[in-house]
Parts: sequence; structure tokens; C-alpha cells
Amino acid sequence: MAPKKVNAVVIGAGAGGGIVAKELAEAGLAVLLLERGKWNTPFDDLKDDLRNQRVSVLGAPFGPDDERNPRVVVDALGQERIVVPSDGDYNNNAACVGGGTVSYGAMAWRFMEQDFRMRSTYGTVEGSTLDDWPISYQDLEPYYEKAEWEIGVSGDDSNNIFRAPRKRSLPMPPLPPNREYTILKPAAQRLSLHPFDIPMLRNSVPYGGRAPCMRCRWCVGFACEVNAKNGTHNTVIPKALATGNCELKTDCMTKEILTDSTGHVTGVAYFDEHDHLNEQAADIVVVSCGANESARLLLNSKSRLFPNGLGNRYDWVGRNLQGHAYTGAFGLFDFEVYDDVGPGASIAICDFNHGNPGLIGGGLLANEFIRLPIEFVGQHPSAVRGWGREHKDFMRQWFKRSVGVMGPVQEMPVFDARVQLDPVVKDHWGIPVCRFSGGRHTNDIHVAEYLSSKAEEWLREAGAIKSWRNLPGIGLSGGQHQAGTCRMGNDPKTSVVNKICQVHDVDNLFVIDASVHVTNGGFNPVLTIMANAYRASDMLVRNWKGTKFR
Amino acid sequence: MGKLEKNKFKRREFIRLAASAVAVGSSVSCGKVVSSWRALTADEADTLASLCDQIIPEDQDPGAVSAGVVNYIDVQLSSRLKRMKKVYRGGLAQFNNLSFERYGKRFANLSDQQQIEFLTAIDGAKTSTDASLHKFFRIVVEHTMQGFYGDPRHGGNRNRASWAMLKLEYPPIRGRFHEDASVTKKSSVS
Repeated sequence: MAPKKVNAVVIGAGAGGGIVAKELAEAGLAVLLLERGKWNTPFDDLKDDLRNQRVSVLGAPFGPDDERNPRVVVDALGQERIVVPSDGDYNNNAACVGGGTVSYGAMAWRFMEQDFRMRSTYGTVEGSTLDDWPISYQDLEPYYEKAEWEIGVSGDDSNNIFRAPRKRSLPMPPLPPNREYTILKPAAQRLSLHPFDIPMLRNSVPYGGRAPCMRCRWCVGFACEVNAKNGTHNTVIPKALATGNCELKTDCMTKEILTDSTGHVTGVAYFDEHDHLNEQAADIVVVSCGANESARLLLNSKSRLFPNGLGNRYDWVGRNLQGHAYTGAFGLFDFEVYDDVGPGASIAICDFNHGNPGLIGGGLLANEFIRLPIEFVGQHPSAVRGWGREHKDFMRQWFKRSVGVMGPVQEMPVFDARVQLDPVVKDHWGIPVCRFSGGRHTNDIHVAEYLSSKAEEWLREAGAIKSWRNLPGIGLSGGQHQAGTCRMGNDPKTSVVNKICQVHDVDNLFVIDASVHVTNGGFNPVLTIMANAYRASDMLVRNWKGTKFR
Repeated sequence: MGKLEKNKFKRREFIRLAASAVAVGSSVSCGKVVSSWRALTADEADTLASLCDQIIPEDQDPGAVSAGVVNYIDVQLSSRLKRMKKVYRGGLAQFNNLSFERYGKRFANLSDQQQIEFLTAIDGAKTSTDASLHKFFRIVVEHTMQGFYGDPRHGGNRNRASWAMLKLEYPPIRGRFHEDASVTKKSSVS
């Protein structure tokens, strides 16, 4: 029996897709939400130091699995190799219901006004496809607010004088400060910086029918045991299902998007949990697989009318892959600063996001998430040997006396930093896999040098007796903050989707995730993904009521 | 030094006993010592143990071997990291070859000082013979850290030795500050 036609298939139940499914289902559309991973519950969470989203040496527990999901990475020298999800350079984000929002650190940043007008602010940049977004901060503002209140954000950014204007404050107060906060805040003030409480998608008080954070050690990289971390898996997706209009199918790998002879999308072909190939007819298809896999799916959807894949008439799909170059510094103190209280990250400054002398862009700086011992092993000044008695003494002396201040550098988009289809390697289902090539723009490294020096100054002012800087390499960054591969723009020749996230030459096909980000801010991108998903869904529903895209 | 030598003896004694225990229990037909390990031979385990104990030596706190790091690596080489088995086989043999060449002894039989000297040379190596060993040594360092600081469920960090060393309570105290009105933002920070 052929499955019945639905109004919308949403592919990917992460930060973007979860919201789209809920918004469409609430508007009365019949929705099928396809997710290639599983639906984990907090009870599946094993709090495993070696098997989590941050340290995945023994596997990537939030998916995808190593056995069925290879990729190919081409390095700067042109050497290519096959990688699996637990490898560091796989550029993995989670594959499960909730996507990255199940295991993330949950910082909830609004981008700044300049972040949507990077070319207008800084001009053209050689070696970069830097551009403005076709929408402004003001276009997104009401949807940022909606994300903050519907998903749930705690924090207090009222001391952040650099923030873009907001109409409504955050729904929850910040968590009580940890010890690092009490050391870093006065130091920042002495330096005339503007420290404030990081907005987090984490309950500080009961919210949304769930408990507040219990301040445990297993935070970033893990699922929350008490369900206090807010993602799409415990907010909008249950709401989507509760409408009765949305069906969620897990363990379903989408093979391709199907089109007819007129170039109209007719549905999708996907492998179900038993590896049976199914076709699902739909009026519209929404691609929300994350920047790597969304590009891959479009590129794999080839037909006579679209020989190079959907949305790819001008060879822009998969390009401008960007994430964040992380940089900062570590400081050692002559007293204990570790208090065993999660989430650890608590205080931030936005003094260096823009307006840095002679530089393009910048990034926030914040204290690091709480560290497990295995995560501190690599953190030492280069003069200290990483093994032997010296290592052991270092760990004993400094593990509880160290503070890290880090931040994401706003990357310059690079045309050749990209996802392609590998001509040879296929996954378990016979689908060509992602092939990564290219690297970062040199500006990212210059900004990192500047930002890390500011982090170090902050730590020194706070009383660090020793400190060292952490600088990023030039390699591609398409991991958890992956973005940019299906750029949003007004010109079909230099972008993939228009400002309502509709693929330029296919009316009933949408890409709604970080793929559409023109630039990725000097911030963790998730709240922007969520806000844009609310906005794009709003536009989609309005158009649906008028035209039904037929 | 005395304590270190004693621990070394204890470790080797442990490995010998473990190996012979298996040998007694099984029918040994070829006269070779049967390994009590999953992926490693007894000789390999012996070399690896010396290596791991230089990476995290025993002192007032347990070292890599007494914290079960060799067991961790052996477990992983027979399951999750099966693909690394060949790397270990080749790497450990090469370690002993080079050790023989330089000191006329297997790595495990070198003095504490000789072992450190040998590893320091390999760790700093950029060229020639030492360079390929350098790569292998980095892998062993990484796995030793995982076995020592990682979760005990994977076969290392016996009795949560490293966490105790770092004075990290286990099980952790949960729920503090959670609804503690005395610890508020206003009262603790001006």
C-alpha cells in the first residue's frame, strides 16, 4: 500500500526541523518528520567520559554510528582519507531527535545587528565571499523572542551594552554564579569590560513543565539527566506530535528528493529502519539536516532537469562551509577555582565582537564549560611535557586551579571550503557521502590572535599566575556549528535559497537550518537557527494559506 | 627509586602470574606462554606496561599500570579499536628492536633512567627511525590518558584512581545551589 500523501515532509528533527514541524502541524498541515537517528531519553544517558559529544574516542552516542556513515576528508596537501563519526575531523553534529540540542552546551545568543550586515560593515574581503544577509536583525527580532520563550532561555544580558535591542527580557533568571564567575566578573569590570550572565537554553527555575538544572558535572556533550536542558526534543517536537497532525519516523535515512518533469518537488525517497526504500508523496519538502547533510541531500537529488542536484544551477550548494575557529586562553591560579558546579560557563563579554582595530569581525569571550579530567589532559603550556612525572604533577597541581576563557571567531566565508559528493565512497544505503575540502581564511587566525590576547588579559587581571593562549589551526570547521552551505540571498546566481528559505528555482522546496546562514556570527548559532526556523515557518504557513505552492 | 623498582616488580610478577594461571588452566601444546590478554601477547603486554608506566608513573598515587591502563588498551584493541591492533603489534616490536639496538635490552628491561632517556629522544624526534616510533608513542600516550582518566566502565581508571588523585568526589554531590536561597547572585557578587 502506498503511503498517503502528506502536506509537508520535514527531513531532520534538529534545531531547525523540530521547530518547522511544530509550526506547520499547528497550522493544520499534515507533516511527516523524518529523522535518521533515534529518540534518546535522559534515561539512556550514560555520562560516559569517553563516549559523548565532546570526547567521542569510543563512539558518538548521539549518532550517527561509525559502522554505516563514513565521510571523506581532503586535507591541505590534497591527501584524502575516509573518516567515521567518532573521528575528530568527521565534522560531526549529532544525528538524533533534537539533533545537537540534546547534548549541546546550550548558549542562547542573538546575533548582533552588524552580524547580518558584514559586507556593509567591513567591505569586501579578498579570498572571501563575505556578504550581507538578505534579512536584518529587525526581521528576526520577534522570532528570537519566540524562541527564547517557547524553548526556554535563562540568563541576564542587561549589562551587555553591545547587544542588539530586545523588546522583552529573558523568561528565566540566570543560575546562581559559580566560583569562576565571582573571580572573573570584578576583573572584567576593572578592565572596563562589560560582563554579563550568559543566556542559556537551560532551566534555572521550573519551566515548560520540567525541572531546573541540578548543576552536575556532566553538562556540555551529554544529555541532561533531569531534562533541564532545553532542546527541540523536549519542547517543540512533543508539541508537534500532540497536534495529531505530525508523525515522527526515526531511523529513516532520506535518499533523495523527488521531482517531476516540470521541476516541481513531488516527495522524497527514504530508507526505513528495516532498510526498505519508501517513497513519500508531499506538497512541500523542507530540508533541515544541518549544513553538511542538507547540502549532501540536495546534491544527491539529481534528475534530468537538475543534473547537478537541486538548487545547484550555479554551483553554490555545499560551498562557504563555516563553523567557528575557537580561541582563547587558560590561566592557572594559586587557589582552587573548581567548585564542581555545572554548567560551568557562566559569564561572558561581547566587547570584542566588532570594532577591533584593523580586524574584520571578532567573537564573544566566555568562561569554559565544566571540565572532566580527560578534557583537561591536553591543556597545558607547551613547555610542560604531556607525559611522565611532569604531566602527573601538573594535573594534580592545576586541575582544580585552572580557568579557561574561550570564544568563537566569526569566520570569513570561503568559496572553496566545501561539501561535495565523494565519487567513490558510499554509505550503508549506497548513497554517496560528504567529501570535505578547503580551509579557513587567514583573517580568522588574526582575529583569534587578538581575541586570545584579550582572554589572557582578563585571566591575568583575575589573578592568574600563569597563562597561555589557545590558537586554532587553518583546517575546515564544519562540526557542531556547521553553517553556510545553502546561502540565503536575493540573487539566484550567488545563493541557493531566497529570504524565505525557498530554493530559488523550486517553489515547493525549502532549506531551513544553519545552511542558509550567510555568515555565522561570533556566537554559538543555535538560537539564530531557531529564530530563523520560526520566521521561515511563519512565511511558509502564510504562503500555504494563499497558494499551497501548487 | 626503591618504590618504583618495587612497583615494577609487582607489575611484572602480576603479568607473569596472570599468564601462567591461564597456561595451567589450558592445554599448552606448542610450549609457548599463552597470553592472558585479549588482544596482546604476554610479551607485548609487558612492553606496553613499561611504556604506560613511564607515561603516568606510580608515585604517591597509582600509576598507569596499577590503574588498569594496559587492561583498558587490551579491551579496546579487541573491540572498539580493533583496527589499531596491527599498529600496536608493529609499534611495540619496533620499540624493542630500537631498544636492543641502543641498549642491548628489551624496553621493559631498561632502567628507569634509560627508559625516560629513550622516550624523550622519541618524543622529540622529527626524522629517521625515531619518527615513525614517535607517531606510535603519541598514540600510546593518548590511549594511556583515556585509560587513566576515563570512565572505569571501559576497563581502566581502576577504583577511580585518577579521580581520587584529583580529589574529584565520586559519586558527585548533586543538587547543591539548586534551590538554595542563600546563594544568590546579589549576595555573593557585588
